[in-house]
Amino acid sequence: MTRELTLSKAVNEALAEEMRRDETVFIIGEDVAEAGTPFKILSGLVEEFGTDRVMDTPIAEPGFMGIAVGAAITGTRPVVDLMFGDFLYLVMDQLCNQAAKTHYMSGGKLNVPLVLRTNLGATRRSAAQHSQSLHALVAHVPGLKVALPSSAYEAKGLLKTAIRDNNPVVIFEDKLMYQDTAVVPEEEYLIPFGVANIKREGRDITLVATSSMVQVAEAAADILAAEGISAEVIDPRTIVPLDEDTILNSVRKTSRAMVIDEGHQSFGVTGEIASRISEKAFYHLDAPVIRMGAMDVPVPFSPVLEDITVPTAQGVADNARKLVRGELVHGA
Amino acid sequence: MPKITKPNNDDYIRMYTQMVRIRAFEDNANQLYLSAKMPGLTHMYTGQEAVAVGICEALEDRDKITSTHRGHGHCVAKGADFKQMFCELLGKEEGYCRGKGGSMHIADQSHGNLGANAIVGGSMGIATGAALTAKKLGKDDVAVCFFGDGATAQGLWYEVMNMAALWHLPVIYACENNGYSEYTKTDEIAAGSLTSRAEAFGIEAFQVDGQDVLAVNKLTQQLVARCRNGEGPFFIELETYRYHGHHVGDINREYYRSRDEEAAWREKRDPITNFGNWLLKEGVAEDTELSEIRNAINADAEAAVAYALDAHYPDLSEVDMHVFAANSG
Repeated sequence: MTRELTLSKAVNEALAEEMRRDETVFIIGEDVAEAGTPFKILSGLVEEFGTDRVMDTPIAEPGFMGIAVGAAITGTRPVVDLMFGDFLYLVMDQLCNQAAKTHYMSGGKLNVPLVLRTNLGATRRSAAQHSQSLHALVAHVPGLKVALPSSAYEAKGLLKTAIRDNNPVVIFEDKLMYQDTAVVPEEEYLIPFGVANIKREGRDITLVATSSMVQVAEAAADILAAEGISAEVIDPRTIVPLDEDTILNSVRKTSRAMVIDEGHQSFGVTGEIASRISEKAFYHLDAPVIRMGAMDVPVPFSPVLEDITVPTAQGVADNARKLVRGELVHGA
Repeated sequence: MPKITKPNNDDYIRMYTQMVRIRAFEDNANQLYLSAKMPGLTHMYTGQEAVAVGICEALEDRDKITSTHRGHGHCVAKGADFKQMFCELLGKEEGYCRGKGGSMHIADQSHGNLGANAIVGGSMGIATGAALTAKKLGKDDVAVCFFGDGATAQGLWYEVMNMAALWHLPVIYACENNGYSEYTKTDEIAAGSLTSRAEAFGIEAFQVDGQDVLAVNKLTQQLVARCRNGEGPFFIELETYRYHGHHVGDINREYYRSRDEEAAWREKRDPITNFGNWLLKEGVAEDTELSEIRNAINADAEAAVAYALDAHYPDLSEVDMHVFAANSG
């Protein structure tokens, strides 16, 4: 049966299903119980599962992150709720020095099956400490898997997979998409990690886009289609592991590629994917691979400034048009 | 002198044995460093043996510990094997972590050792989380978090103590106060008292002579029993002393600590010598028995070192193995 859910509700459903299936799964974080988080994503869960499994913590991100690591090592599956992705900087030691390395450093003896749920996305007028998209930061660390759902459908399927994974997984939801709806099947489904989704087929240019930027790329593809340019849109869905084959196969077909992501452009996801395309599909390319990330500035508060820091459909379409026409995006 | 038979004699001998094993392990590890046979460096536990042994002898395998960069003592005391430990120190395949962890990361989960940690204070959350698991799964397992006085400066401790107290978790925070935070006197880095910091969270705090294995063990047994009964968490400050420098390469250290001070601790407060003398005085053992114990352990340690030196390094194909755990199904 077809039905539509908001991304927020899809996350809620994923958690409820997994908590019913596995009693070692629990949620831990700030204001997750009665408050259901500031975004109200978790509303109703404490009523069903109680405060032992939907655990409110003090405002102490490194503390509850560390407790989750220890709980995961010893036989439970914590889902850590990190209220804003910006707070990743607070938990970096426990996430990157502890959780990410425990399996390797123990020679494979200890597992850390935990999920860190957090968010990304600017243009919510929240200024520089509540607007960052920091997924590249954790994707850099071996031992962490990183999922970037682009709709309610992906949010549910990827979260369920994350909870069942035996490794630490960081999953970033786009906080501006919590009320966006998508078709979400009634029946249970999982979305495997490392399998990209070809959102839209095309022949002239490949647009690899993540998370919030998938809808931007799709809107750009609409603009281009009206001009007779056929763009293929690929959503990797997880960047660790990354489905390189699907991306490279697309580029071999289209001969042109752009990578669009909401993290800062420098040293980020766009650069990583663009360089893999350049290294592995160079002789198929008719144009340089173009990166479009967020500007390398702290996210400004003023709406007129904030709006120009992130890629837009028009901006993506403008660059794509140049590539297809053989025009330079950057002077050489 | 006739030997008196006490019901606890076996326990006493075992505590003595375990302390001697730690000392022997560390003496050999130090030699491996000094003879340039060990990659990297290591942090000696020598002098603090009564802490690890007094506490771990009050625990069972199912109880968890987290350890520190100065962690060999905890590892031995929780039941680890010399061969696998030396293999790990030398980066060999048969090491506890297949050579991927080294001195500062030995984990031995079969005995409840969740691993040493090279971030000062880094395991405070992990130990607290292990206690949370015990509570969630309805077990009466206890977690002990070992850390040094230096780690009391880390904010993480206050965050997790707060939650442990709020949630009544079965965790014992065991602070080995050896007087030095790396190369700095503890007095210079710690304001006020350590026990009062725990007490501020409503956590019962204790001070004990960390050179007295019986005192440590007696207190820990009481606290473990109370933890199993749902009365945790607890805090213990154990006064102890690190005979070596911060690490094996910290040889010239008179700028922060005098030789006289070191000699006084070694001569008057050595946990093994003093406990050995007590065993003799109480008639638990005779001198020849204790020297037999020491000789057997030294031979064990030397054999384990020889074994580890000859053991294989991991195959190079292991370098990217264990980055991620496999998912079944």
